[in-house]
Parts: sequence; C-alpha cells; structure tokens
Amino acid sequence: MSSEQVALTKKDFVSDQEVRWCPGCGDYAILSSVQQVFPDLGIPKEKFVIVSGIGCSSRFPYYVNTFGFHAIHGRAPAVATGIKVANPDLSVWIATGDGDSLSIGGNHLIHCLRRNLDIKILLFDNRIYGLTKGQTSPTSEFGKKTKSTPFGSVDHPFNPCALALGAGGTFVARSIDTYAPHLKEVLRQAAAHKGTAFLQIYQNCNIFNDNAFAEFREKEVRDDNVLHLRHGEPLVFGKNKDRGIRMSGPYRPEVVTLGNGVSEADLLVHDEKAPLGYAFMLAHMEPPEFPMPIGVLRRVESECFETAIREQIQAVTAKKGPGDLDKLLYSGDVWEVR
Amino acid sequence: MSTPTLSNATTRVETLDRVVIRFAGDSGDGMQLTGTQFTATTAAVGNDLATFPDYPAEIRAPAGTLPGVSGFQINFSSEEIYTPGDAPDVLVAMNPAALKVNLADLHKNGILIVNSDSFREVDLKKAGCTSNPLEDGSLDGYRLFKVELTRLTRAALKETGIPTKDQDRCKNFFALGMMYYLYHRPLDYSLAWIEQKFSSKRELVQANQLALKAGYAYCEATEIFQVTYEVPQARLAPGIYRNISGNQALVLGFVAASRKSGLKLFQGSYPITPASDILHELSMYKSFGVVTFQAEDEIAAVGAAIGASFAGALGITTTSGPGMALKSEFVGLAVMVELPLVVVDIQRGGPSTGLPTKTEQADLLQAMFGRHSESPCIVLAARSPADCFECAYEACRLTIRHMTPVILLSDGFIANGAEPWKLPRTADLPEIPVRFRTDPEGFLPYLRDPDTLARPWAIPGTAGLEHRIGGLEKSDGAGNVSYDPLNHERMVRLRAEKVERVAWDIPPAEPEGDSVGGLLVVGWGSTYGAITGAVRRARADGRRVSQLHLRHLNPMPRNLAEVLSRFERILVPEMNMGQLAFVLQGRYLKEVERLDKIQGQPFKESEILERILDLTEVS
Repeated sequence: MSSEQVALTKKDFVSDQEVRWCPGCGDYAILSSVQQVFPDLGIPKEKFVIVSGIGCSSRFPYYVNTFGFHAIHGRAPAVATGIKVANPDLSVWIATGDGDSLSIGGNHLIHCLRRNLDIKILLFDNRIYGLTKGQTSPTSEFGKKTKSTPFGSVDHPFNPCALALGAGGTFVARSIDTYAPHLKEVLRQAAAHKGTAFLQIYQNCNIFNDNAFAEFREKEVRDDNVLHLRHGEPLVFGKNKDRGIRMSGPYRPEVVTLGNGVSEADLLVHDEKAPLGYAFMLAHMEPPEFPMPIGVLRRVESECFETAIREQIQAVTAKKGPGDLDKLLYSGDVWEVR
Repeated sequence: MSTPTLSNATTRVETLDRVVIRFAGDSGDGMQLTGTQFTATTAAVGNDLATFPDYPAEIRAPAGTLPGVSGFQINFSSEEIYTPGDAPDVLVAMNPAALKVNLADLHKNGILIVNSDSFREVDLKKAGCTSNPLEDGSLDGYRLFKVELTRLTRAALKETGIPTKDQDRCKNFFALGMMYYLYHRPLDYSLAWIEQKFSSKRELVQANQLALKAGYAYCEATEIFQVTYEVPQARLAPGIYRNISGNQALVLGFVAASRKSGLKLFQGSYPITPASDILHELSMYKSFGVVTFQAEDEIAAVGAAIGASFAGALGITTTSGPGMALKSEFVGLAVMVELPLVVVDIQRGGPSTGLPTKTEQADLLQAMFGRHSESPCIVLAARSPADCFECAYEACRLTIRHMTPVILLSDGFIANGAEPWKLPRTADLPEIPVRFRTDPEGFLPYLRDPDTLARPWAIPGTAGLEHRIGGLEKSDGAGNVSYDPLNHERMVRLRAEKVERVAWDIPPAEPEGDSVGGLLVVGWGSTYGAITGAVRRARADGRRVSQLHLRHLNPMPRNLAEVLSRFERILVPEMNMGQLAFVLQGRYLKEVERLDKIQGQPFKESEILERILDLTEVS
C-alpha cells in the first residue's frame, strides 16, 4: 500500500443500497465487522471483489461498496476462481451460506479448497434455509423439524470445518456473528493468509432457527461454552479460565478442571500446524461434551493455484520465448500454392 | 476420368482427379494414425482433401469385434472438393470385422486390400462371419488384394530383434507404404515423422520405418498392382496452406483473437468428447499467456470463464451437448450480467450420452432457446474445419463488442475432420477493439452504448468504478436490484434488442448460384460440404438450384426474409429433425422442405443431390 493512499474508513465500504435482511438477523453483525476490518487491511478499495451465490447471506455483496458479483446458487467459488486467476492482484472474498456452499455448491467448495486459491470464504452457517423459508440444510441437526421435515430430519449433518480440513483447506477457522472482537480478529487472520481461508461463522436466523447458537452468542454463558484457540497456548476455557482439554488416551480429548493436581502443563497446547488428526479432533469437539472451539483450527502454507499458473506461464514463456501469432499459424507442415 | 499412360511392360499409371480411401481396422490397429499420415503426405503433395475419422466410443472394445472397428476416410483431389467423399474407391481392411462393417460402402469394382493373415477361424468367429469372405465368393465384385500383412511385416522386421508383438504393431505402416506406392506419394514425410515421434526409442524408429519402406518395396517388387494412380496437385487459390482439423482451427482462432484484442485468454473446460482436444491443444500455448482451467465440472468451467471475463480476460468455455445442458444456468447469468463469454458446443449424437464419438447437429434449438426465461444469445456455426478459425475469431469479436454471450456450434464431423486451410495474414484479421471503462465521471454499470446497447466493461481494480452485478434484475442504467414491473419488461426487451442489433454487424445473406428463382438449399454448420458438392453437381446437370449457408443463426442476416422470398422452394438438409427448418418456418412463415438425417454420420453428397433432383426439373 502506498503511503500517500488516503486512509479508508468503514464508511467507504458502505454501499448506497438499503440492507434488506430481517431485523435482528445475524448477517447485520457480520456485515458490520467486515466493513470495519476491510479499511485496515492495507488493500485499495477498488481491489476488493466480493462474490456470492444464492441465499440470504449471498445478498452480502450489494451492501459493501466494492466490486461485487452476485452469482448463481452454489457457484460462487467457480466465479471467484476465474476472477482470481485472471487477476491475482485482487482481494477476492466469498460470502456464502450452509445451503449454498455445502449442498448445491459442495463440489465447488471442496475443489476451491484443494486448489488453495488465495480467496477468503465466509460461510454464514445458520443451519437452515432462510431465503426459501425454512427447509432443513446440510448443517441442520439430525431429527430437526423444519418445513420440509415436519417429522424430523433424517439427514446427518456436515461438520463444515471437518469438511474443509478433509478437502485440504490450508486455513480453517470458526467464529460467531455477534462476537465482534473475535470475528474481526479472525477476519484479519483470514485476510493475512496466503491461500484459501475458510471461515465458518455461526449466524443466527431469528426467523426460522432462532437461538440455534444461543449458548455461544449470549455473553453471560459464552465463555463457559466456547474454547478460544490461540497458537502456542494451552486449551483453557471457562469464565474463570479454570477448565481445559487434555488427552485421556490416543485421539481422546477430555475436559478437566484445573487444580487438584491438574495444571496447565497437562493440557493440550494449540498448534495450528499440527498433524491433520489434531485439527480433525478439534473440529469434532462439540457441546455438550466439549466447549465449541473457535478461532483458527489450522493454518499451513501451501502453493496457491493462481501463483502456480502464473509461474508455469512465465517458465514456459522464458523457455520458448513470447508467443508469436504468425509463427504459430504458419507452424507445422505448411506448403505454398503459387 | 482417367488417362492411361504406359509405364513399363506390366504396370501402367492412370491419372485420376479424385480418390476416396478408407482405412479400417481394430481400434488397436492404428488406423487413425495411418489415416493422418496419409493425409499429411497428401497435403504436402498439394491435393485438396477432406477427411472423416470415425471411431468407436470405447477406447479398446474387444479386439477383432464389430464394435471395435475404427475407420478413417480421406478424399483427395486435383479439384476443389467439399466432403470426405460418399463412398470409398479403396478400402483397406485389417481384419474381418473391419471388412464386414465397411464393405457395403465400397464402390462396386473398388479396390479392396485385406490382411489375409487375420482371417483365421478365430478372427472370423469374433467378427460373426459364418464363412470366410476371402473364399466364399462374396468379394467377387471387387478388385481384391489379399496381402499377408502380418507375415510380411514380421519378415521385414526379423533383423530388428524387437518382440513379435511389437513387430505386429508396425503392420499399419506396411499398409501405408503400399498405399503410398499405389498413389505415387513420397515416403519422406512419414519417415521424418516416425523419426521424431519415436526419437527416444531407436528400435521403434527403425522398425516402423522398415515396415513403411517394406510395404512400398513389396508393391514395387511383386507388381501386385497392375495399375497405379496419380492425382495431380489441386489448383487451389495461391497462398500458404496447412492441413487443419476443426478443433485445432478453433484453438488458433481463439489465440488470434486474444492477441488481436490484447486480452488474456481464459478457457474453462471439463473433458468431454469430442471437445477435449480443444483443451489439450490450448493448454500447449502458455507462451501466449493462455490460461486453461480444467474445472471440477462443466458448471464450474463456464462459471470461471464468466468470472475471468468480469476481471477483464476473454473468458471461453468449450464442451459438447450434455455439457451445454449443465452450463445453461450460468449462460443465463452471463446474459443477465452482460459480460463477454464464448461457449463452444461440439455437437454429438444425443440425447444424453447418445453417440459420443458420432456427429449430429441437434443442439441448434438448445443454443437458441435452451435456457430458462427470455435469454437470447448470439449463435454462430462453423461450416468446415478451416472455417472454425474464422468463427472462433468472429465469436470473440462479437462477444466483446456487444457484451453478451456467444454460442459457437461445431460438431464431431468437422471437429475431427481436416482440410487444407489457406492461412490468413494476421495483419489482415479484423481489429478487436477493447474499451475498458476507466472514467468514474458519470459511470453507471448499465449505461448503454447508443449503437450496440452494450454496457461498459468496468473491471475490478479500476478506482471509482466499484459496482455490483448479479443475477437479480437490474434497474436500467444504475444497475441496482429492481423488482419494478415496467423496468423488468424494459430490460427483457433491451437484452433482446441488443442481440437483434448484432444483425447490423454481420454481412447480409448472399446465396451462391442464382440470386433469384428455383430451389434454394439452406444449410448451417457442417453440412456445407455435402450441400455444396450436391448443388454444383445439380447445376452442372442443368437444375435451377442455389444455396445459402448460414454462419450467423442468431440473429440471422437482416435480409434473410427477403432472400428466402426470392426463391420458389426452400430445402433445408440437417442432421437433426428439422431444427433450422422449424425456426425458418416460425420466423418467416415460409414453407420449407426438410431433409433430415440422424444417423451419427454426415450427409453424403448423393443423398442431398437425390433430393435436389426430385425437387427440380432440367431447365
């Protein structure tokens, strides 16, 4: 970022469009955090592109005053891939939901992750279809009663972070819509990551699935129910920071209370680069047995797709020389008719 | 027409103006390779030519069986020719299955060369022959040459020391050598090609070259052919030529358009027959800055191309009919967001998986109407392998100028078929100006060019032009989401008019032949060759018949209604159930005669000629 650049503020990222989410929707909080984080990233405003699919969350681009592309259902990663490969200098963000990215767009999501394009995926997970008015989603709990499952869902849900890890995600994180300080910090971390950053954000749909995440969202109980992941620090949680996670056996985490012979030294220490099994273990820790881990589960470095493409083009061009159209057309076995 | 000349006591040379040869064998016999080698040599000799590779969908169907038969037909001539030929004059059959599948097409008294070593009991059984055709008299009507291809090749390669199995794989070159002798073709091209192809395996270079030379020498020594043939150079228009397949020509057209427009070419694609070669070929041109993206599916392939266009590249996607169906939602989005996009559909037999390696032109209505709601696209169709270059270039020019998607139709026949292509001078190619919007002053994402109605191309990274596009209906001008009923109707009409106005950017229809009266044969796509050949023969026969071949199918040339009205009758031959006929009748209320063929095979000239003769009288 050039030093003469005028400092950006939240206002620069507010579009002139009226926001049309339901009053009380968790999307407002996410929008606000993004608009607060974007100005501080050191990226010129015109280099941001937000791409989305279909659903409540996918209206996101209309409300941020950057370049935006509201695509079709589930296909935001495809469009974003083309944008990023065509111009790797852009900062490309995807706003998507659990239905958009895990159901109709599941294929594109996993392939985007394995390619490790340098794009940021914000998955607004409300465990319900909102825009189509309340059907079960791929993250809805087994047995959940919705409009499309009046007798209870018989679908087992996806665990989005585990899915992202399985697809080779190099940055996998989780946060909460209304927990602004945390969300903003994870957004900054995602922006700083060179590669696909996958961020699952628990988002309350107060119309069709209200209070789905109350135990993590409500300030009074949150600290007892979430586990803050901080690289290099022990897995401690609780309002009084008196509980932690240790291994009771191979691959078996357990919750312990500190004191009575249990000290921080007995606890697991968070390592973002640990073998994948550790990250999977975190992804699968869920209430009521465990606190919900939030923060960065995994962060590793790997070559980005668009960089590899650019380097290959450069290498071939260096070897063969820049393409000459006349030479190309007149190559092969040509003959002259006089 | 032949002119006999005496060469020596026992053999003589005849001059022919055109010959059709078909090589047929098992898919493992290397018939496609043999055919392309004969083609390349024939191109170098200076004949006009057209080819038709016809192979099974299975990579290796059980050896020796009927489904495993692979064929390659070439028509070469000293005159201008338009098709790979109706029926072969010469059939080279490597086994009983190849003979059985192809014999019916061979001209009576045609030359039939068979590998007699592959007519053992077991081979006959695999091909379902109850008796041996070499002995039962069923080949009496042909000039049969029984050649022990396997034994002779092994004998020629005895000294090489390579395993018998590898020796047997060289017998196609033995057969090729024989054909070079029979038609007075030089061996040099193929010898050099073998040298290059097998450069890392000396013993294979030696073996294949030996086999080729042995086939030639065998004919020379045994004088097996009493007559050999010369086909003189064709009198083609002066220029530099190369032999080109439709898919190769498309690739060069796209690279040329990328160069001329200064836009980075981005191809999103997913492997599908018969379009995959476009991906293979384009992926070699990295030094032209070409990005080829093999996507996870057809949908991502087109989506990424649209994303690339949004970011200022030239986004294209290449597929066949089933892939087109998958892409259609995204093509609708491209119509809505009004960005450049070229979608190439190499049509094949359908519906569903249908006949993946066979040709058809039944996606016209899909291209024109196969999307939800009112979503018109520009539609073009290439008429021959070489024409694919111009059509790819034209598709790019139109999509950039008019900021709306173009669908380019080709088909399996011209995608894989080849013909000589008179190379254009790149300086003569039309300019493709690109004007990215940069000025924020007065910028609105859906402001329209007063001539074309195109909206500005404002790419991310341009300060002050931040804006949002998407699938929701836009307000005209500002481009904000709008549910206003009258705005919607206005936008639907604008998008349609935008495509209609392309008619002023394309040449008017001009019939070949007479400009008025008699029968007009109207075609599109790969039927051009067969229609042209048939119309010329009919005219030579004194019939009042002309032809009109449409490259632009949507919009159609602006004078088309008037042109159609000048003729008494219209005939539309198509490899479908009358799709263009349907459109012409619906749009122009003009009664048309249909000639439909839906066999996975291109038209023969004679099939169209027959119908023309039915519909016309000698004048």
